[in-house]
Amino acid sequence: MSLLKYSLAATTMLALAACSGKTVSETPADMSYQDTLLTQLIDAKPGNVITIPEGTFSFDRGLSLTVDGVTIRGAGMNKTILSFKNQVQGAEGLLVTASDFTIENLAVEDSVGDAIKVNEGDNIVFRNVRTEWTNGPDTKNGAYGLYPVQTTNVLIEGCVAIAAADAGIYVGQSKNVVVRNNRAEFNVAGIEIENTIGADVYNNVAVNNTGGILVFNMPNLTQYGADVRVYDNKVYENNTKNFGHKGTPVASIPAGSGIVINSHDKVEIFNNDIRDHRTANVIVSSIYTSNYGDKGMEDTFDPYPEQISLHGNSYTGGGDKPDGLELKALKTAMFGLKGKLPDVLWDGYINEELESAQICIQDDVEVLNADMPGKNKNPRVETEPFACKLEPLPAISLASAE
Amino acid sequence: MRFWASLAACLLASCGAKKVNPTFHAVENPASLSAWGVVNVSKGELVMGESVLPYSLNTPLFTDYAHKLRTIWVPEGTAQYREGDVLEFPVGTVISKTFYYPSNEGDIVRKEKDLRPVTAKAGLKLSDNRLIETRLLVRRDAGWEPLSYIWNVDETDAKLTRIGAIVKMTLADKGELTPFNYAVPNINQCAGCHAPNNTTRVLSPIGPKARHLNGDYTYADGTINQLDKWIEVGYLNEAPTERPRSAVWNENLDTLDARLRAYLDVNCAHCHNPVGPADTSGLHLNPENQSLPHLGICKNAVAAGSGTGGRKYDIAPGAPDNSIMLYRMETRDPGAMMPELGRSLTHIEGVKLVEAWISGMETVCE
Repeated sequence: MSLLKYSLAATTMLALAACSGKTVSETPADMSYQDTLLTQLIDAKPGNVITIPEGTFSFDRGLSLTVDGVTIRGAGMNKTILSFKNQVQGAEGLLVTASDFTIENLAVEDSVGDAIKVNEGDNIVFRNVRTEWTNGPDTKNGAYGLYPVQTTNVLIEGCVAIAAADAGIYVGQSKNVVVRNNRAEFNVAGIEIENTIGADVYNNVAVNNTGGILVFNMPNLTQYGADVRVYDNKVYENNTKNFGHKGTPVASIPAGSGIVINSHDKVEIFNNDIRDHRTANVIVSSIYTSNYGDKGMEDTFDPYPEQISLHGNSYTGGGDKPDGLELKALKTAMFGLKGKLPDVLWDGYINEELESAQICIQDDVEVLNADMPGKNKNPRVETEPFACKLEPLPAISLASAE
Repeated sequence: MRFWASLAACLLASCGAKKVNPTFHAVENPASLSAWGVVNVSKGELVMGESVLPYSLNTPLFTDYAHKLRTIWVPEGTAQYREGDVLEFPVGTVISKTFYYPSNEGDIVRKEKDLRPVTAKAGLKLSDNRLIETRLLVRRDAGWEPLSYIWNVDETDAKLTRIGAIVKMTLADKGELTPFNYAVPNINQCAGCHAPNNTTRVLSPIGPKARHLNGDYTYADGTINQLDKWIEVGYLNEAPTERPRSAVWNENLDTLDARLRAYLDVNCAHCHNPVGPADTSGLHLNPENQSLPHLGICKNAVAAGSGTGGRKYDIAPGAPDNSIMLYRMETRDPGAMMPELGRSLTHIEGVKLVEAWISGMETVCE
């Protein structure tokens, strides 16, 4: 009676798909694997390793995993490709709500929303995973590539994240995190650590994003961030035009931002190689500069960045072509047409009740106080308030990273 | 064994067709829906099994304009009343929800209101309706388990699916045709809504809370408050005279605020609550929440991505067109829309309700 088309595969079809496993590969539109993988994810038991062979596999629905202790393993980030170009359902490529989860050696491409999201879980490992929107930077791309949120004991290593419309690698509201040896490029934010307590971000390359590495604190969430160390990273030429969605926090990042600390306390930035950011190599700011108002914030939120330490970083170039009319005008007025903004840009928001914000800069750089609270009326280069030194933050101890 | 339903049915109905006795499967998951006997096809109608009660919610979840026949069967024991939470059901309880559309033309289904409630006496006429799927929540020893059955094209029975499906249909609304992808969830996705605490991840029903059930249903033997009916048939132990009641979202009996909060409660709060999967956003739409920032008022997005629609606040008072909440309800882009699961069409009437609520607010954000 009906012409209803079911994409449902009966068990017989599953069996067929499994038997023809070795022929799957060539075409990007190979949908036959979808049901196989969906079934494996549903049937998974703790301790299972789901192995995905070499090939490009197409999905029209989001995948999800709810069982603890599962590993998903491909044959390599350029060999096993899960393509979501035809996705019509699901807000992620893969959504994981489970602990003791490892995903490695595969790529997730062109998901309509986030590529891989892990929402609450302990002991999470992303290793040698690529997330990419293959059309390059585009506002229509999904928001996050690798996206653990409200997780504990997280390792992200050897991954590549390309062209996310928010952050390529985004760690949110998590505890005890290591992000190392990754490459993030052509995202709005390369690597973003947000509302996270205890993170070591090192040996990464962030290049050609709008902002290279971000350490952000946002209001109204379950926890506020502290103790984030960003070191030994290469942060180069993050000058891509901001293609973030208006209304998202990262949409306010000026193109040409190297490392950005926003409303976050206890951040140590050291031994990084930071180069050629047309706005500034380092920005320290308050959420007020991202156009956030008091009314939408819980009273418990501290909007000011405090206990920030910069030392041992090397700075090259940059500041020559800041993004946005105000900063351009500011640069020309203060430093001339051919001049450049200093390496460190601070918006000047400060908690008047504190003796000092303890923004301590040991590096031999100038800091521009942009006087945002005074509506840019008295911008000035300062050094004296930053001549302090903080105790080093503790290193992260994480079993999966040993 | 209970006899009340057959008695009532025989008093009031012709007793012509013998009713199927439902079966509780404590362990195995039968491949066919008919093995449960909760809803069955008989003489061109979808009918309920013996002792199975239909129910409705004051304000239901929107699912692409699908109609829903909800039933409950409690073979042994009695559910315990809970003031603010889901009723505590005994092992053996089977809750079913059949998704269907008025339709005489295959893939073309009609956007229409329910004409009359399904009762023990009057089933659902298959010649006028297209059955899509029947979802079960089964209370077993270890807890609730979700099962999903997809109806075959001949509508003789429904087959168990674990991986779900996309069903392509076209919605006809006064001559306007909108193609859409109806999604039957895979088993893992059931937890996307039915595990409202993302830390414990315990699965549970969402609808059968006292406040949602506290309304009338027209049964074969007359119209009566559902909680009273459940007590009468022994499905529920008790209910105080003062019971919470959710507003009916699309009737002007309650205040706009009450109707709106009931709508958000049912459509959003299973994720958007302080322990839910969407607590990552800081937006809490559960009825208990009274914090304005957590309700979204003047609140900026945290991780909405394309879901902002270029707008600045979750709710911009007085300015629905600048409110992210409304954008996410209107868009059909799976990467941006809310809810993330369970719809691919826009709930136009729901959007209008939220629009009216935001329009009437007077706070100024800046």
